[in-house]
Amino acid sequence: MELLSGGEILIRALKDAGVKDVWGYPGGAALHIYDALYRQDDVFHILVRHEQAAVHAADGFSRATGEVGTALVTSGPGATNAITGIATAYMDSIPMVVISGQVPLSKIGQDAFQETDMVGVSRPIVKHSFLVTRAEDIAETIAKAYYIAATGRPGPVVVDIPKDVTDPSYKVPYHWPAETKMRSYQPTDKGHRGQIKRAVKTLIGAKRPVIYTGGGIVIDNASEHLIALARQLNFPVTNTLMGLGGYPGTDKQYLGMLGMHGTYEANTAMHHADVIFAVGARFDDRVTNDLGKFCPHATVIHIDVDPTTVSKNIEAHIPIVGTCTSVLTEMLSIAQQLDIEPDAQALQEWWQQIDQWREDKGMYTAPRYEPSAGECIKPQDVIKMLYKITNGEAIVTSDVGQHQMFAAQYYLFDKPRMWINSGGLGTMGFGLPAAMGCKRAFPDTDVACVTGEGSIQMCIQELSTCTQHNLPVKIINLNNAALGMVRQWQDMNYSSRYSESVYEDSLPDFVKLAEAYGHVGMKITHLDELEEKMRECFAMKDRTVFMDIYVDRSEHVYPMQMPGGSMRDLWLNKTERT
Amino acid sequence: MKRIISILLENEAGALSRVVGLFSQRGYNIDTLTVAPTDDDTLSRLTLTTQGDDQMAEQIVKQLHKLIDTIKVVDLTVGGHIERELMLVKIKASDNDIRNELKRSVDIFRGHIVDVTPSTYTIQLAGDSDKLDAFIDSVREIGIMEVVRSGVSGIARGDKFLRV
Repeated sequence: MELLSGGEILIRALKDAGVKDVWGYPGGAALHIYDALYRQDDVFHILVRHEQAAVHAADGFSRATGEVGTALVTSGPGATNAITGIATAYMDSIPMVVISGQVPLSKIGQDAFQETDMVGVSRPIVKHSFLVTRAEDIAETIAKAYYIAATGRPGPVVVDIPKDVTDPSYKVPYHWPAETKMRSYQPTDKGHRGQIKRAVKTLIGAKRPVIYTGGGIVIDNASEHLIALARQLNFPVTNTLMGLGGYPGTDKQYLGMLGMHGTYEANTAMHHADVIFAVGARFDDRVTNDLGKFCPHATVIHIDVDPTTVSKNIEAHIPIVGTCTSVLTEMLSIAQQLDIEPDAQALQEWWQQIDQWREDKGMYTAPRYEPSAGECIKPQDVIKMLYKITNGEAIVTSDVGQHQMFAAQYYLFDKPRMWINSGGLGTMGFGLPAAMGCKRAFPDTDVACVTGEGSIQMCIQELSTCTQHNLPVKIINLNNAALGMVRQWQDMNYSSRYSESVYEDSLPDFVKLAEAYGHVGMKITHLDELEEKMRECFAMKDRTVFMDIYVDRSEHVYPMQMPGGSMRDLWLNKTERT
Repeated sequence: MKRIISILLENEAGALSRVVGLFSQRGYNIDTLTVAPTDDDTLSRLTLTTQGDDQMAEQIVKQLHKLIDTIKVVDLTVGGHIERELMLVKIKASDNDIRNELKRSVDIFRGHIVDVTPSTYTIQLAGDSDKLDAFIDSVREIGIMEVVRSGVSGIARGDKFLRV
């Protein structure tokens, strides 16, 4: 039998787990691993410029492909730098394995150089973690890590490996387990049949239904099942920020996003609904607004693979624990067997009501903001232009803030896994490294990172990674010279006292900066240049392009739910409210 | 309402810290906690007590179950159950009258005096938490030097059992 060192076993196990790319950054405790990596060609390593970006890139790769992303970091600061990335993946249930080097077993607890208790530090933000203490255990641990990360409600798994466990002079037989089984971990797949039947009957009897779907639809690849059921029932659908693309954004049954910056029609329809069918969503506070005023007339049906999500914030009248695909498939078949039809008359009235809301105050029936003119470019119009030039077919990553909301509102995603953003944790700095992960996965697809001058500076060093590894992403920087969302809140709640949300002429020249990294930089200050420059940007297929677009500094994101209100209590613009 | 939650856990490094971490992370309190390996040394049995209404207890049980190392979780307070706690109390006892009174109290509570010095008695007592509280109240005036309680261990009544 072939004898391998711990470092070699790790890399071989990654290959056997189906890993092609690892995003990482070397350091002392990981050097045996990096040497094993150097001496093989199966697993490719992409060197980033900061460990946070390694994890975000692996995360972006995972969101775009559905596969488990992989990051590799060293001990101590390498591990702690990875923490923000791990927390980001955890909040959005992204399957990922993060391997961290650790000081040798004999040094653990000695406050050794670059020692951090990684298992301890990461504990609240991982699905699970392992500290490997023997080279013999590495392969099985890696198999378990990928199994746990990818199944049930997915999430990040940390594997911490002390340096002596990867010692090249200690060799043991390699064995990759044929299958992974754990007596303590058996995720639920199928939902309870009786409950599913009850749910179908409730849906068919609904007069004012709304299907409210979240990231679970995307993660579980349940988009087609959702479309089939929604079409069959002729029910309106709204997606959460994490669920965008799970239902086609241009479909007539689609109400737009719901929640804090959701559309008027989606939020109002939710408020008046008699049945809410929540699929792979978690009634997050950015959706529900005040829990006590949430959807007062609704019977709630809730499907989720994670039992802790069901009835956590909003009590489900019909809870179903199971995967979106399996439960929706079963619902479709039950709906076809049952000899009852939806109430066509009631549905028609409901649709008339919804169409009226769309007509009155919807953001897709008419522009609800002042038009762009000359040097006043509206950020919304930049997103619309991006949509037009990429034919709605780009993978769009975003950072966090106003630009994220504008992208979510105005880029209509028709397919899942095209909208890549940090919804749960809200991590500024996510966009560029995530875009690198997407571009690596889909080199022939346009990948645009919609960002702001605040967020982009949190991981801007990755422009160098784009150069080294030829990752031609397009950076769409909505530059309003301020932390836009912070400023919006300061405008609305703090009498426009802009505490630390402006940079006072300290912003870098992004064009020169992009050029310094070997990329193309463009500065756009006038509406007339926007379309032509953006076309030019996307025509340069093999170049990373940084579009620094100066947008209206005073623009706010609307609609916006009013704090302490119900879902339908919205600011529609700076002066008008519902 | 007091809840007694019983958990069957993989006897692995770090498993206990995940259980304890979950409570602080989710804003729940642990009142008592006992843990030890079972007859199968790959398994730990853990009993913890906490306070919470039905909804909170349901959420705690679900969250505990979600931990990868957790094999089974049950809220014992939902059905008939037996709870026991062990207590060791060291009491000042140099005076003869006090020694006699203490001996009587220990007999009443069906405890044992397990260590004696010229000036102290060390008493062992087992029972449910209320009984231990009552004993402490009865000897408080005499002069308690030290109290050590194990925390509650619990088991369901009847045919129900927690096993892999």
